[in-house]
Amino acid sequence: MSGKTLLKLDNVTVKFGGLTAVSDVCLEIQERDLAAIIGPNGAGKTTLFNTITGIYPPTLGKVTFNGFDLKNIKSSDIAELGIARTFQNIRLFKNSTVLDNIRLAKHTRIRYGFLSSILRDKEFLEEEKRIKEDSLKLLKLFNMEDKSEMLAKNLPYGEQRKLEMARALATEPKLLLLDEPAAGMNPTETKELTELIHFIRDHFNIAIVLIEHDMRLVMEIAEKIFVLDYGNLIAKGSAKEIQNDKRVIEAYLGSEIEGI
Amino acid sequence: MDYYLQILLLVGIFITLSLSLNLINGFCGQFSLGHAGFWGVGAYSSAIFTVFHPLGLPAPINMLVALVIGFLSSAMCGIVIGVPCLRLRGDYLAIATLGFGEILRIIIMNTELVGGPRGFINIPHWANIFWVYAIATLVVLFMLRLKKSAYGRAIIAIREDEIAAENMGVNLFYYKLFSFTVGAGLAGIAGALFAHTQQFLHPSNFTFTWSVVILVMVIFGGMGSISGSIIGAIFLTIIPEVLRFAGGTIAEWRMTIFPILLIVLMLARPEGVFGTREFLEKNGKQI
Repeated sequence: MSGKTLLKLDNVTVKFGGLTAVSDVCLEIQERDLAAIIGPNGAGKTTLFNTITGIYPPTLGKVTFNGFDLKNIKSSDIAELGIARTFQNIRLFKNSTVLDNIRLAKHTRIRYGFLSSILRDKEFLEEEKRIKEDSLKLLKLFNMEDKSEMLAKNLPYGEQRKLEMARALATEPKLLLLDEPAAGMNPTETKELTELIHFIRDHFNIAIVLIEHDMRLVMEIAEKIFVLDYGNLIAKGSAKEIQNDKRVIEAYLGSEIEGI
Repeated sequence: MDYYLQILLLVGIFITLSLSLNLINGFCGQFSLGHAGFWGVGAYSSAIFTVFHPLGLPAPINMLVALVIGFLSSAMCGIVIGVPCLRLRGDYLAIATLGFGEILRIIIMNTELVGGPRGFINIPHWANIFWVYAIATLVVLFMLRLKKSAYGRAIIAIREDEIAAENMGVNLFYYKLFSFTVGAGLAGIAGALFAHTQQFLHPSNFTFTWSVVILVMVIFGGMGSISGSIIGAIFLTIIPEVLRFAGGTIAEWRMTIFPILLIVLMLARPEGVFGTREFLEKNGKQI
């Protein structure tokens, strides 16, 4: 089911001083892909996300999204181009309401100017009304519309993760990056999450890439898996191919008897 | 009577000042300690206009122009200081703005044209209590509307989480500079009002101590709360005067009682009177 190439990494290397966090990684994500990046702790997975979203520019190599070279493009502009993400340690706007968290994410889609917002003219009122309706609709998809006036910090943990996903989707992305969405969830919640991710892909028609340690979740939903180890991409392929890849098994379990 | 009028005037001016600082510190979360500098620039530049080059028009129109000049000159200083400083974070930003605030005051002190350390005299009495409260009302309205718009949401998001805000499409530098510049400009308006109600300006009116006083008003009422800044400005301007008249020991110890009151409040309610909420607003619900 390969569509148009959406995201392309060409020989991306990220160095922090003498430490190479990501080394010479090439990968491609097509439209509507459901891909996963896995690897042991410290393999460079989150760094890769940070590079894609413009937080750390690549030391070497090139990131292309939807035909745009992302070199020297600010994170905020990358969001406008259509990459949205969630964070490993939840980063909600804690003291804002659930609704305001979503509304903020519509920021790049807002057309009214500063003067309109102070004068509250027709353009402002109409657009704000539309944004509120859209946001509530989005919350409804996540079964959270009755919590729209709650402060984000008062939500239970699982719902905070859900809100972060909803917020990312509110930016109207073409590519959604999920950084350990199942972290801290129990098996029932993880199962719900699996369904939710499938639902998001089909309902919004977007590509999703996730970083995840929960192998059951990864094997169940990812159509493409990339394995990182010490910053190197050591394998890519379907779940079955990855499970039988010798280097992947070595990275996770250590190599077989080495001449004891 | 004059005494009470003077206190009322100061309350109005401090409402504008604390709201302007709240935009920078409370809403955007950028810790600025140079606010008195912007206040001073607005006061002096508007007074230079009305003393040396007033237009041949009725006083109210001249006063309006003076307010605009106060806003623009302070906002310009805000941009000049904001561009290099807003790359810094937290404590470093506080120290840098503190330094720049003092530089502005020292430049004023050494300008012979405005009287230098002798003070600036003969400023026309063109503003009064009505001007002060009309402007304060407009600033309150401005802040309320800003808070409930995409601009306000972006600015508040920066305070809550810079990285998340940026990844949701908020241009950090633009919105930080926006709130810094507008905050400085509003302080300049307060300066213009101050100059034309007091008729006398002195560089010692704009020292670092006053930056702290304004900051205390903001923190007292609640960082990010418009109602909080109003309450903070009223309370912190009036209480020292009330204690002065409490008589006997209390009046003597008022400068000790006052800080103790603040310490008690900070222990009991570290988020300030209102937190980030508004008067009559529950849990962030819309008013």
